[in-house]
Amino acid sequence: MSETVESSQKRWGHLRKVLERPGPFCHPEFEPSSEILDFIMTSCKILIIGAGGLGCELLKDLALMGFKQIHVIDMDTIDLSNLNRQFLFRHKDIGSAKAEVAAEFINKRVAGCYVTPHFCKIQDYDEEFYRQFHIVVCGLDSIVARRWINGMLVAMLQYENGVLDQSSVIPMVDGGTEGFKGNARVILPGMSACVECTLDLYPPQVTYPLCTIANTPRLPEHCIEYVKVITWPKENPFNTALDGDDPQHIGWIYEKSMERALHFNIPGVTYRLVQGVVKNIIPAVASTNAIIAGICATEVFKIATSCCVPMNNYMVFNDVDGIYSYTYEAEKKENCLVCSQIPQELPIKDPSLMKLKEIISLLCESVIYQMKSPGITTTIGGKNKTLYISAIKSIEEKTKDNLNKTLTELGLKDGSEIMVADVTSPTTLVIKLKFMNNDVEMN
Amino acid sequence: MKNCQILSGFFNFLKITNSLCKKMSSPAPKSPEQSVKSKKYDRQLRLWGDHGQKNLENAKICLINATALGTEILKSLVLPGIGLFTIVDGEKICEEDIGSNFFLEVDTLGSSRAQIATQCLLELNPDVRGDYIDETPEHVMSHTQDFFNNFTVVIATALSEKTLIPLSKLLWEANIPLIVCRSIGFLGYIRLQVKEHTVIESHPDSENPDLRLGQPWDALKEHLDQIDVPNLDKKTRSHTPALVILYYFLKKYREEHNGLLPKTRLEKLEIKKMIEESIPSDEHGLNLLEENYKEAIHYVNTAVTPLKIPSNIQEILEDESCVNLTQNSNPFWIMCAALRELVQTDGALPLRGSLPDMASDTNSYVALQQIYQKQAQVHAEIVYRRADQIARNLGLGQDAIIENDVKLFCKHAAELHVMRTSCIADEYEKTNVDLSSYLEDSDSLMFYYIMFRGLERFISEFNAYPGQFDDQVEPDVLKLKGILSKLLNEWGCSHALRDERVHEVCRYGGAELHSVSAVLGGCAAHEVIKLITHQYKPLNNTFICDVISSNTATFCL
Repeated sequence: MSETVESSQKRWGHLRKVLERPGPFCHPEFEPSSEILDFIMTSCKILIIGAGGLGCELLKDLALMGFKQIHVIDMDTIDLSNLNRQFLFRHKDIGSAKAEVAAEFINKRVAGCYVTPHFCKIQDYDEEFYRQFHIVVCGLDSIVARRWINGMLVAMLQYENGVLDQSSVIPMVDGGTEGFKGNARVILPGMSACVECTLDLYPPQVTYPLCTIANTPRLPEHCIEYVKVITWPKENPFNTALDGDDPQHIGWIYEKSMERALHFNIPGVTYRLVQGVVKNIIPAVASTNAIIAGICATEVFKIATSCCVPMNNYMVFNDVDGIYSYTYEAEKKENCLVCSQIPQELPIKDPSLMKLKEIISLLCESVIYQMKSPGITTTIGGKNKTLYISAIKSIEEKTKDNLNKTLTELGLKDGSEIMVADVTSPTTLVIKLKFMNNDVEMN
Repeated sequence: MKNCQILSGFFNFLKITNSLCKKMSSPAPKSPEQSVKSKKYDRQLRLWGDHGQKNLENAKICLINATALGTEILKSLVLPGIGLFTIVDGEKICEEDIGSNFFLEVDTLGSSRAQIATQCLLELNPDVRGDYIDETPEHVMSHTQDFFNNFTVVIATALSEKTLIPLSKLLWEANIPLIVCRSIGFLGYIRLQVKEHTVIESHPDSENPDLRLGQPWDALKEHLDQIDVPNLDKKTRSHTPALVILYYFLKKYREEHNGLLPKTRLEKLEIKKMIEESIPSDEHGLNLLEENYKEAIHYVNTAVTPLKIPSNIQEILEDESCVNLTQNSNPFWIMCAALRELVQTDGALPLRGSLPDMASDTNSYVALQQIYQKQAQVHAEIVYRRADQIARNLGLGQDAIIENDVKLFCKHAAELHVMRTSCIADEYEKTNVDLSSYLEDSDSLMFYYIMFRGLERFISEFNAYPGQFDDQVEPDVLKLKGILSKLLNEWGCSHALRDERVHEVCRYGGAELHSVSAVLGGCAAHEVIKLITHQYKPLNNTFICDVISSNTATFCL
């Protein structure tokens, strides 16, 4: 049976009504026709990033909205604690690859749908892979991964004489949830606010000062954190790194935390809390995931068909107290690190005092950069020079002395460019140093 | 229900004795074995706790009509582990069902929709039981009088007006919550009906701490009085909890102000300044306040407040159900009556008993924490004894009131919530609906509420959705417009609906878009979970979801 016949089947009657009839709220370019459903079914390629709580929902939603060429990518395997919401998985699937089990289930349940699984990291693929898709939709719990794919889609944009070639734009629909709260957004890379434009929307991670957990613990969390960061490396009980998924490891942390809490008379250490702190667990329920994924899938459908104007462009959702949502237009940041065409400048007060390690901590702590472990290179006198890279051990050892050197000692000048690579971006960021005390020195 | 509560009390008793044994026998506690259930449900137990989960596992849910929306709702209830569901649906599976409903299999065309949906949903969670009745809800209602009275919550999708109204009346009388949902094109509607619903744990997003520095009880006063803040050595002082510092300056302030507490912004500024200036500047003339001093200044706003009963709680305490208890009063209202007596004598709610984290050494913090906890226990004990007495006086069994429930109740006394919606049948039979205040705003989603009402009339009159047949779209636009203006006329509204909205709804022709039903299904399931767990505040009472513009609104009708 050819796809053209299938798109005219009664089974898709619901979709055909909104695609084959005109409506007052359609995109201005919408022309009702049976070809739209045909396009969705035969040519439109969608990439779903993440096959977890949101990903399972997205697969189901998109498959039943007529999409047939769906790829899904996820590096995780199935865990027992996923089963309360990741409804494509069963007990027997524990330990298998999420992407593969999810794809198989959808292909079986929704006749004609063809989901291609990718059991790997998004970083394992390059531009060539991502370029094949019409729309990318993310159901991720990691901010780093979200920033990476956002960076990738922006890097793939093509400009001609400074004007964006719209055919190079791959729309990105992004959803996220935490307990009874969530958000959904539509990003047209290069055209509307991207993930980096609104980086300040992500709340900073809760951290406990070392002196508190070591000397003046008050909360059960302080006791657990102490055992995690101090006692574990010191005693190294299982001769291996701490694995939050190993019940033996969690058991050990629980016992030691209990001891510490008893010693200090601090109530409230429970096994559940220990797990939560060690693994940084974010609570999750089926219902909120279904809502956010449903909104994202609807936006994918709107973008692919123009049968309705897409969301503009950011929705927050909360159903703690009744049901609340708010949709607004997140604004594109004029000098966004990633999606603006503006070169980045970093003002340096005094290069003879500023040390390389201070630049690194600035890149990690500043709201606009929020990097994880930036590696920095530069060119001095036309030659490439690695200033510091922590990811590769041999280079780390060779370059760590640079951390305590000042910018002047490193030979950096006003206007020098540093190239920064970090896990949060697929491309290197070029930053121009601007020495503020230049005039003073000249005098 | 009562049995479960007794059991829960018993388990709690076991837990307490267990932990006591542990403390006595060995200083190194063994890590507890986690059950498969607590691992599987871990991510949700962090939200509603083991007690919320137990309510879920005891819940029996009825779904009327296994439409795509219907099964999406059940999916988000089966996954977190409700006890049992029953699907009532007389339809046979058609092709369009297969195109939009995930819980039907391709080769089941023509089979009972109730049966196949039940099978597919049961695959999701072996802990859940499910059955179905392959009959229309009308048939079930007319043949088994009190069939629907056996459920914790009843959910209805794609239900006709003429069945909805008697069902609404029936469930209203039985005080069983009813959720009615509809999904059409890019629009969705949820209506919740519950005669009375009570919540102890509302889980507010933010709340002020309950610290009562202005009204210290004896133990707290004694503890705080003995700390002479200005004469502490520098190191001890820097490790003194903010509350201790604030209390010291509060005392000083009161000595200078006839014993009065700072109330106005200016008065609060004065005490803040006192605290700030108590630290002498260093040799560079810099006044570097330590963390605990900064916190003390911060707590002026929240820790020093006059004792007051929040108006929403006062309302609950004056509620008919609280003032006039009967043998049928449930534990919530008995506890409220006991709380009311405490409030009448103390002029305050029971102390919450939790202390926010603040810069401090361990011992000073823990000592303070224990004082707060102990006082909270004292209050809870008073309320428990009183509630127990009230229950006995009413002739209820001696286990009617569980001590741990009272503790929970007292801890959350500031966030109690009682909700009573209107009855759907009344809403439909009422003619003096005044919606004019909403309709001033031409973008109001209230227009879609009216649209849904018109849609239901249309279905009743013509036995089809407007625009269902390709050659009837334009005539249906006219028919629907006629119905809508008649409805508005009946309600005495002079507003008209924008034509484009009518056209849009007729374009849908009753189409159910899966992703829109997924959104609505999640929302409705979530409200059902709130109703079952008696945690978090449910929707009151009508929710409109407009996925065209990605906006939602709630109306209390």
